Amino acid sequence: MKAAVIVFPGSNCDTDCFHALKDVVKVPVEYVWHKERTLPKVDLVVIPGGFSYGDYLRTGAIARFSPVMESVIQHAQSGRAVIGICNGFQILLEAGLLPGAMLRNKTLEFVCKHIWIRTEENLTIFTGQMDPGETLCVPIAHGEGNYYCDEDTLKSLHDNSQIVFRYSSEGGKLGEEFNPNGSKDHIAGIVNKKKNVLGMMPHPERSSEDLLGSSDGRKIFESILNALE
Amino acid sequence: MQFKARIHTSLKKSVLDPQGQTTLHALESMGFKEAKSLRIGKYFELVLEAETRVKAEERIHVMCDKLLHNPVIEEYSFEIQEVPS
Repeated sequence: MKAAVIVFPGSNCDTDCFHALKDVVKVPVEYVWHKERTLPKVDLVVIPGGFSYGDYLRTGAIARFSPVMESVIQHAQSGRAVIGICNGFQILLEAGLLPGAMLRNKTLEFVCKHIWIRTEENLTIFTGQMDPGETLCVPIAHGEGNYYCDEDTLKSLHDNSQIVFRYSSEGGKLGEEFNPNGSKDHIAGIVNKKKNVLGMMPHPERSSEDLLGSSDGRKIFESILNALE
Repeated sequence: MQFKARIHTSLKKSVLDPQGQTTLHALESMGFKEAKSLRIGKYFELVLEAETRVKAEERIHVMCDKLLHNPVIEEYSFEIQEVPS
């Protein structure tokens, strides 16, 4: 398995993602600058977190039109794996690879802390190493992670088992008090219908080693490795 | 011909606007009891060239649909006027 990490002006989790892939799960990985029009031959594309284009206009709205995105969209449409983390999730929403949109956090605050997410769906290439209902301790760091979609879209997300992670308590309980941003139905991560594109607000790359306070996020990278090797 | 467009985008009525609500509460707590509702949006001033007003409007719709607004959460409106080039 080979991976590419896309770098936009303003990406700031690109190095973390690169490190988690290369040094933690030992996957060959390379950076791809957003001006490139083609992708190297890779199985996984990672769109990292950060503030691409300074979050101007809307988060992810400008990055979505970067030259490399056409190849990323083709990569996704051909059924190969894409994971968008935080700003990467916002870019995937703006690109239309995932349904819905992000709103400002309900509290209007930038939230930066470790939270718990519950694995809702383990029949994906991103979650095969978890049990359904298993909770992970992962950090979030965003001002716009308040996932929104209309009721029809929400129903379709449920009907097609596209909701992969929801904010919860450590024990897996759902509730407003465990939802850090007001996200609809406590959604923290979703996949597309074909289940080869994942967007999630929490940062698995920042929770892949004990040194970082949690290594739960590593399971997501290990799941991908296991599914694609 | 050159036109100036004043484009507004705002969250759809069905979408909660916590920024607008917080600002409304601030107005209320300052004593502006007459303030009943407040929504915050974005304002763009765009100068563009087009052969006719109709063509200018068509292009603005395309720009709004492709980039300036996100149809999942926002709606937009605009007015245009001809300006000397």
